Amino acid sequence: MTRPLLEVRDLNTHFFTDDGEVKAVRGVSFNVQPGETVGIVGESGCGKSVTAMSLLGLVQRPGRVVHGEIIFKGQDLLKLNKKELRNIRGRDIAMIFQDPLSSLNPVLRIGFQINEAMRAHNKIPRRDISRRGIDLLKQVRVPDAEHRIKDFPHQFSGGMRQRAMIAMGLSNKPDLLIADEPTTALDVTVQAQILELLRDLNEQTGAAIILITHNLGIVAGLCRRVLVMYAGEIVEQGPVEQIFDSPQHPYTWSLLRSVPRIDSDRQERLLSIEGLPPDLIDLPVGCKFNPRCPFRVERCFTEPPVIEEVAADQQAACWVTMKRAYEDMNAATIEDTSPGAASGVHPRGLRPEADPTAALAESPQ
Amino acid sequence: MAVVAAPRADQEFISSTVVREQASLWRDGLRRLRRNRLALVSAVYLILLAIVALVALVWTPYPTSAIGVAPIYSGPSGSHLLGADELGRDLLSRLMAGAQISLAVGLLSAAIVLGIGVVVGLTAGYFRGWVDGVISTVINIFYGIPALLVALLMVTVLGRSFTNVVIAISATVWMDVARLVRGQTLSLREREYVEAARASGARNLKILFGHILPNALGPIIVAVTFVIPSAILFEAFLSYLGVGIPPPTPTWGAIASEGVQALRLSPHILLFPSLALSLTLLAFNFLGDGLRDAFDPRQKR
Repeated sequence: MTRPLLEVRDLNTHFFTDDGEVKAVRGVSFNVQPGETVGIVGESGCGKSVTAMSLLGLVQRPGRVVHGEIIFKGQDLLKLNKKELRNIRGRDIAMIFQDPLSSLNPVLRIGFQINEAMRAHNKIPRRDISRRGIDLLKQVRVPDAEHRIKDFPHQFSGGMRQRAMIAMGLSNKPDLLIADEPTTALDVTVQAQILELLRDLNEQTGAAIILITHNLGIVAGLCRRVLVMYAGEIVEQGPVEQIFDSPQHPYTWSLLRSVPRIDSDRQERLLSIEGLPPDLIDLPVGCKFNPRCPFRVERCFTEPPVIEEVAADQQAACWVTMKRAYEDMNAATIEDTSPGAASGVHPRGLRPEADPTAALAESPQ
Repeated sequence: MAVVAAPRADQEFISSTVVREQASLWRDGLRRLRRNRLALVSAVYLILLAIVALVALVWTPYPTSAIGVAPIYSGPSGSHLLGADELGRDLLSRLMAGAQISLAVGLLSAAIVLGIGVVVGLTAGYFRGWVDGVISTVINIFYGIPALLVALLMVTVLGRSFTNVVIAISATVWMDVARLVRGQTLSLREREYVEAARASGARNLKILFGHILPNALGPIIVAVTFVIPSAILFEAFLSYLGVGIPPPTPTWGAIASEGVQALRLSPHILLFPSLALSLTLLAFNFLGDGLRDAFDPRQKR
């Protein structure tokens, strides 16, 4: 394997609020290879965006990266000063945001904004900038680019605005493009176009893409590898097909079960995940998913699970893993996904010293 | 869960590729402004006043300081349209020259206030924290001290001159604009396009003047338009009290002050400068209102 383009090691980003320390990202580690497409999924507030912001040093007060290493092309981004970091932003690592309308400055012309991104970094020769601006708009398939480049953002449709944002992101030929929910504000047909565009650009330009989304379908459509985040931690990671076929963390499993499928029986119930993500100020002891997990065992309440290899190239942080849940807890057929339902472990009946397998033996099924 | 293959984007907006007229923010605003009759009349009046002031630079019916060109205290007549004052100076000539002073004071103060307000407001709003704390405290202190007292003290200490009057006026009215810019910046800095600019490696200066300021320009222009009449009024007031620009420079305030002393005998000496002053203030206020409606529609009541 070649040397990773980006290596994130034990990233911790906390927000120091009046109510306490919000531990938004805890111990996140992952690699991105050159040209790779990686998806980060998870529900709202699980730390996806904060992770992305941390990579570029964009976390604002009261937030701060408290610990970790972000090694990009051999240098630790967290050790760079403001100026060096600014030179990386938009030049080597570009970012596109969720809402293309609010990400474009309403009083400046599209072309001006795209060219400005190039002017900020001197990577593109000055005399080529205006030509490249039009070429970029063409590349992201904005029709009549020569004229539309003089438009203001409000004259663009939602999809075209996101195309313009992508053009801006690609303008300095970055090695890594971070797309934070790039399609959330768009309707489905436009979503598909934008994804197709991102896929093509990934092939043409060789830029690696980190795609942040809560939509599993989008990950399936674009990414080769996926990281599943829950409550500020990576709970599972691996190749997309493998994770979708055999998720090993109960959270991933629940997420996949909660997605409606066009080919599913109309009578079949969608399984929702009961409860809410934990309060990031006051986290549960042990596994952070334990208040909602149907397969929890007693060990989950005492020891935080470590992320370890569960299959070739696939890691999960779970004491039980779905493999065992299928074998011992009838996970394939359960209807009731309320916390502890499959394993029969409820916090009240906890005996911290007890052998977790004992709890399994007592379980009603 | 696979993403459905979509048609290529090339066909997406064929109908919208026709080149349309560019409906920019400014063009829109100007159109709204033209529909506002009061603002339009005010603008015409102010343009005429500016022309008169410019003409007065090179030509007035009589030299502005020439004594005895008319009988003292004489009323309006064919040769002296607005009459003469207590020294027999032609009032029209003096009012024309006074327009120069008033407009110069108004515009210059507005420019200074704009400069200070924008820099101070952007700094406070963008960097927040202790910077904002210090600046906001200074603004509040300036609000706390009576403006007239500050101006009187400054003119007394620095001496009576045109420059010092402008400085004194600017020092007492800059806070409104600074506070407005600060508020705008506080809200605009949280916009996603500012975040996006930061993510693409833009410098702070670029973000401040390239992204935040242009978006706050509408309200700022409106606020500055209202600075002009208050500066003119303030200058007239200082001159009326005899601490403004020193004689023999004819200013509306000074002429009015002379007129008050001869009110029984010849009311026209008070009447005409007061009229000029009132009309000018009204015009600036109407124009400011019009500009606000045109460029800052959110503030409409």
